[in-house]
Amino acid sequence: MWTTLEQIFPYAIVFTIPLLITALGALFSERSGVVNIGLDGLMIVGSFIGAFVVSKMQAQFGGSWWVLWVGLLAAAAASALFSLLHAFASINLSANQIISGTAINMIAGALTIFLARNITGSGNIRITSGFRPFDFPLLSDIPIIGDLFFTNTYITTWLVLILLLVSAFILYKTPFGLRLRACGEHPHAAEAAGIRVRAMRYVGVMISGAFAGLGGAVILMTYSGEFTGNVAGLGFLALASLIFGQWKPFGILAATFFFGFASTVANVSQVIPQLAVIPPVILKIFPYVVTLIALVIFSKSSNAPKAVGEPFDSGKR
Amino acid sequence: MNNSIKSLLAVLFGLLAGALLMAVTGHNPVEGYKFLIQGGLKSPERIGNTLATATPLILTGLSVAFAFRTGLFNIGAAGQMLFGGFCATAVGLSVDLPRALLLTLMVLAGFIGGALWALIPGILKARYNVHEVVSTIMMNWTAYWTVYYVIPGYFKGESLETESRQLPPEAMLHASWLSDMFQGSYINLGFFIGVVAVLVVAFLINKTTLGYELKAVGFNRHSAEYAGIAVKRSIVLSMFIAGGIAGLAGVAQYAGNASSLQIGVLPSQGFDGIAVALLGANAPLGVMLSALFFGLLYSGRGFMNAMTEIPPEIADSIIAIIIYFAATSILIERLIRKWKVRKPRAPHSAANKKQGEREHVDNA
Repeated sequence: MWTTLEQIFPYAIVFTIPLLITALGALFSERSGVVNIGLDGLMIVGSFIGAFVVSKMQAQFGGSWWVLWVGLLAAAAASALFSLLHAFASINLSANQIISGTAINMIAGALTIFLARNITGSGNIRITSGFRPFDFPLLSDIPIIGDLFFTNTYITTWLVLILLLVSAFILYKTPFGLRLRACGEHPHAAEAAGIRVRAMRYVGVMISGAFAGLGGAVILMTYSGEFTGNVAGLGFLALASLIFGQWKPFGILAATFFFGFASTVANVSQVIPQLAVIPPVILKIFPYVVTLIALVIFSKSSNAPKAVGEPFDSGKR
Repeated sequence: MNNSIKSLLAVLFGLLAGALLMAVTGHNPVEGYKFLIQGGLKSPERIGNTLATATPLILTGLSVAFAFRTGLFNIGAAGQMLFGGFCATAVGLSVDLPRALLLTLMVLAGFIGGALWALIPGILKARYNVHEVVSTIMMNWTAYWTVYYVIPGYFKGESLETESRQLPPEAMLHASWLSDMFQGSYINLGFFIGVVAVLVVAFLINKTTLGYELKAVGFNRHSAEYAGIAVKRSIVLSMFIAGGIAGLAGVAQYAGNASSLQIGVLPSQGFDGIAVALLGANAPLGVMLSALFFGLLYSGRGFMNAMTEIPPEIADSIIAIIIYFAATSILIERLIRKWKVRKPRAPHSAANKKQGEREHVDNA
């Protein structure tokens, strides 16, 4: 059992990380008061731009180490820009945020494949190599913990964990974080206190775009290696993680790890004798059913930002 | 502003954006649209195929629109469609009955399957206030994996692992008189299911007490409650019916347009249904028209792709952009209003201006 766990863990973490960073981005958006259901689309844009930039640069510079980093940056920037479509619709035009987010998903899914097909003919873009897993020096020698957390890790995992800590600090310990949260709870009071609610919401949505783009690019550069025009609904799963994690950074960490671990267990169940006795369908639907149950349990004490999803209108104080 | 004008403007902008997209990627937009329209309407066969392509979209669009009328956002039409289609397929593959009875039973199974799949989010919403957007997404994936394992386990196809056995001819919605009428098109009885569903829902929403109550809940849950409407019951019932309609889309797709059920994919029509409903302003007739329009784009794109170098995804791109414009139609309204107001307006005092702006936002 222990060796199985040891083997599963690195995979579970690899699967968790893109989910974590995407849900973390959504946290900024929702805390500022804007529901972002377009995460899937924003991830796809990140994956597309990441694949495009990296494949072009790898053709020119070979496997230089910095190429992948440029790809990550480009993906984050592109998705942040793309998220402006959602920000503009939901902040300036008071559009229904769920519909606007759905439109974002549709545009991203269609447009990226359209462009990819113009570029490659097949609609898929391959990169020659992604990040390589490595054993963390020294820490991987620690018994138990070392095997679970520090072997076969990707550099992006550490990047995302740092972003998690920084995000938690920003949200709870800085004036900016306080203002951002105020916009999602009591936008009118925030405005009265001199906060520019609309500007804060723009920032929230753009951070969510950048992080989702990063999530899409991380998938590409760790375990998929190819842009295919979808991210298997991970954006929606990130949204569920955000709610499951009760709109808190470390709650999100726990929720995404739960999804990452449950999916990995389901994926490898057939090769593990102890798990092979459980019908795979049970393992596959397990995370979704648990989420539904969790939603029921949390429904009494929801920590959702109070003004999330409501268009801000200064006149309606 | 009138809803149909808004929708038409959104379509116009979407088509313009599509033309721009074709031009930017080095293709000829005029040619692109010419072949796209020809591909959908050139011959009776192509017209029939357009109607067949539109059929599941009519039903999923109707499902989303119906839920929306009750203030519910049914993003789970894909899962309901898949599960409804799965129930119908299971019946078609395992029950031996005269054709008319069998088809009736399959339609019923499809409706019930989809309805039950949506019932769970409905109950969770009514009883525990769980947001239906998240719960229907969870139900989508639950349907996806359930079907993924049950089909190969019990209804495995003859050669392929990834799809169910072919339905026997008597368990399919094909009708030779209909295919003959459209000169060999794959149009089938599913189209009539779509039309009947549109009529029934239109009647239900516009002419019955139930429809009135559902709409009242959609407008304002609290005042509906105050007026003595059983809000929770309405929510559950609305999801049940919406899911059932999406289930019918599964019947039309898997027993009509296709002859077997593919696993490993959520039907895209489920998500397109959101677009169809939005463009159709959530009215049954509007849904019908916008589904036919999307059906035209989808069925014509293959011909366009064969005749030009334009990737078929242009159709999805156009639809997506149309939806964005439909969602942001306020922008169009504002522009028009600004343009109208500018001419006659004399200089106002600052207070008047502020007042005007406030009204403006409230109207939006």
